[in-house]
Amino acid sequence: MIELQAVGKAFGAIQAVDGVSLTIEHGEFVVLIGPSGSGKSTLLKMINRLVEHDRGRILFKAEDIRSFRAEDIRRRMGYAIQSTGLFPHWSVARNIATVPELLGWPAARIAARVDELLALFGLDPQAYRGRYPHQLSGGQQQRVGVARALAADPEALLMDEPFGALDPITRRTLQDELARIHRASGKTIVLVTHDIDEALHLATRIVLLDHGRIVQAGAPRQLLAQPANDFVCDFVGRSDLGLKLLGLQIVAERMRAGEPADGAAIAATMNLRDALSLFVERHVECLPVADAQGRVVGALHFADLLARPA
Amino acid sequence: MNGAPVPAPAMGQGGRGAGNIHNRVLAALLIGGVGAAIGLAFLTVAPNRLVSGTGLALRELLGPAHAILGLPFAALVLAVFVRPSRAIHAAVVVSAALLLTGLVWLAGAEAARQSGTSPSLTRVSLGGGFWTVVLFIWLMAADALQRLGMSLAQRAVAHTAVLLPSFVLLGAGALDHLSLLKEYANRDDVFRAAGLRHLQIVAATLLPSLLIGVPMGVAAARSERLATPLFAVLNVIQTVPSIALFALLIAPLSSLAVVLPGWGIRGIGLLPAVIALTLYALLPIVHGTTSGLRQVPAAAVTAATGMGMTVRQVFWRVEVPLALPVLLSALRVTTVQIVGLAVVAALIGAGGFGALVFQGLASSALDLVMLGVLPVVALAIVADASLELLTAALRGPQP
Repeated sequence: MIELQAVGKAFGAIQAVDGVSLTIEHGEFVVLIGPSGSGKSTLLKMINRLVEHDRGRILFKAEDIRSFRAEDIRRRMGYAIQSTGLFPHWSVARNIATVPELLGWPAARIAARVDELLALFGLDPQAYRGRYPHQLSGGQQQRVGVARALAADPEALLMDEPFGALDPITRRTLQDELARIHRASGKTIVLVTHDIDEALHLATRIVLLDHGRIVQAGAPRQLLAQPANDFVCDFVGRSDLGLKLLGLQIVAERMRAGEPADGAAIAATMNLRDALSLFVERHVECLPVADAQGRVVGALHFADLLARPA
Repeated sequence: MNGAPVPAPAMGQGGRGAGNIHNRVLAALLIGGVGAAIGLAFLTVAPNRLVSGTGLALRELLGPAHAILGLPFAALVLAVFVRPSRAIHAAVVVSAALLLTGLVWLAGAEAARQSGTSPSLTRVSLGGGFWTVVLFIWLMAADALQRLGMSLAQRAVAHTAVLLPSFVLLGAGALDHLSLLKEYANRDDVFRAAGLRHLQIVAATLLPSLLIGVPMGVAAARSERLATPLFAVLNVIQTVPSIALFALLIAPLSSLAVVLPGWGIRGIGLLPAVIALTLYALLPIVHGTTSGLRQVPAAAVTAATGMGMTVRQVFWRVEVPLALPVLLSALRVTTVQIVGLAVVAALIGAGGFGALVFQGLASSALDLVMLGVLPVVALAIVADASLELLTAALRGPQP
C-alpha cells in the first residue's frame, strides 16, 4: 500500500529521517513511535507530502507519490492531528464535509456521510451536526477530527499523535473506538505517538525510531519478547515488561473451557493484565469466564497466566 | 447541615454608609449633570454675531411652565435608590430620552423667545452647560442599555430611538432660532457640499488603503524579513504630524504637476489630502491584516493543507474568514481616524467639514466651528457602530 525506499530528509545540518525503508501492507495498523526528535512525525508527513523527502522514493499503491499533485494524494489519505485543527468558523457538519466537498460530492451524499460518521463516533447527528467546535468537549472535538479524516472513505489514514492532548480516560475510549473502526473497515492506518501503551494497544506493527533510523519494527509481542537492543528494552519499559506482555493477550486464549468456578464472571475478551489485577484484588486463584452473552463458558486459573504463549 | 443556625446577614457597611444607593454610576452622572446645569451656561445670548454673548444658566430659563421636565428628572433620581431590575433600567432609558428631548426643546424655545424682536441679528448659542448635560444624560441611557444586556444591534436601535425625538424637533424647525441652525440656514449648500466632499475624502482614502494595505499585510504575515522593515517605515509615517505631512506633499506634487501637466495633478486639493490620509491609514490596515492572519490557529492551516486544500483554498476558506474579524476591527479604527483627520485636510484646500471649522475659527464664529465638528462626530459614531455590527455579524458563531 505504502512503500518507503531508503527515504531521507535533512533540515539544515540535522538529519531528521535517515535512510528509512518500510513497506506498509493494506489493512495494517502501523504505529510510528520514538522519543522526541526521532523523526517519526517527519516520516508521517512525508507520506502525504506535507514534508518533501530529499532522498529515496515513496510509493503509494506502487506509484511514486511525486507523480501525483500533492493535493490529490492528500485527498486520498485521511489526516488527523493532535490539536484537531478543526476549523472554528465551520459547523461540525461542514468540518467533516471538508474533503468530500473538495472532491465535489453531491450535497445529499455529503449530508448522508456526515450523519453516518457522527453516528459511528457516538455523536447524535441531530444534536451535533450544527454545533461549532468550541461548543464541544476535547474528546468530542477529536472524534470530529477523526471523523473528518475518514469522511471521503480514504484509502489510508494518517494520524499524528491524535489523542496526545486528551485526558487518560477519554484517550482510552477513543483508542478503543479507533481499534473498532480499524477492525470493521480494514483500513490502512499509520499513527504517530510517543505513548508505548497506545502503540501496544493499537498497532499490528510497531516501528520504533531513533535519530531518524528504524531501530526495530515488528508486532507488539515481538518488541516486548525479543527486543533488538538495550534502547528497545528501555523504551518499552523493563520493570513492567511482564505486565505489558499480559496486556497483549485476552482471557479467551488461556482459559480452561467448560470448567466451573465460583464468583462473578469476567469477560472472555478481557486482557490478561486486567485479569491479573482481578486475581490480586479478589484474593482468588480461579475466576469464572463468561462469553459476550454472559454465559459462563470456562474458568481462568492464576497459574494459567504463567503459561508460555503457544 | 440544614439544622445549623444561619446568622442574620450582617448589614454591609457600604449599604448603611451610602444610604441605599443602588446605582452609583447613575448617581455620579446625575451629580455631574446637575453640577454642569448650575455652573455652566446653558445658552449664550448675543445681540449680534460680532460681540460675545452673555451666558444663561439652566435655572434662569426654567419657569413654572417647565415643571413637566421635573418628572423624568425625578424618575432618574429615584432610580438611584431603587434595587436595580430590568424594568428600572428600561425606565432610566425612557426617562433619559424624555429629559433629553425636553432640554433640546427648551433650548429651541428659549432661543426663539430671546431672539424676540430682531431674530435676524440676535445670536442664541448652545452653551457648554447644554452640551455637558446632554452628554451626561446620553451616558445615563447608554449605561442603562448596557445593563439591560442587549445585543449590539438592539443597542444600536435603542440609541437611535433615544436620539430620535431630538431629531424630530430639529426637522420640525423647533430649533431654528439657535445660531447653529442660523449658520446652517445661511450655508445650506456649502454644508451639503462639505458633507459630500468629506465622504469622498474618506472613501477615496479607504479604498486605496485597503487595496495596498491588505496585500502588504498578507506579505508581512508570510515573511518576517519583510514585516520588520515595513512596520518600521509605517510607524515613522504615523509619527509625522498630519499638518506637516500635508505640507510636505505640496512641493513634490506641484513639481509633478509641472512635469505631467495633462494629468490634473495639483499640489493642493483632494489628491495630496488623499495621499497623506492613505499613508496614515496604511499602518492600522497592514497591521490588522498581519495580526489577523497570524492569529489563525496553525493547526487549522496544517489540517487544511494535510487534507488536500490547495494553497489558494487554504487562504480563502480558512485564513481569510478567520482573519477577517481582526481586519474589520482595524478598518473600524482606521475609518474613525480618517473621518477625524479629514478635517485637517481642509487646510490644504481639500474641502469637507474641516472647511467650515477653519472658516469658523478664522472669524471667531464658534457656532460655525460646531457646524463643522458635530457632523464629523456623528459620522465617526455611525461609521464605528456600523462596522462593529458588521464585525459581530461576521464573527457569528465564534466564542
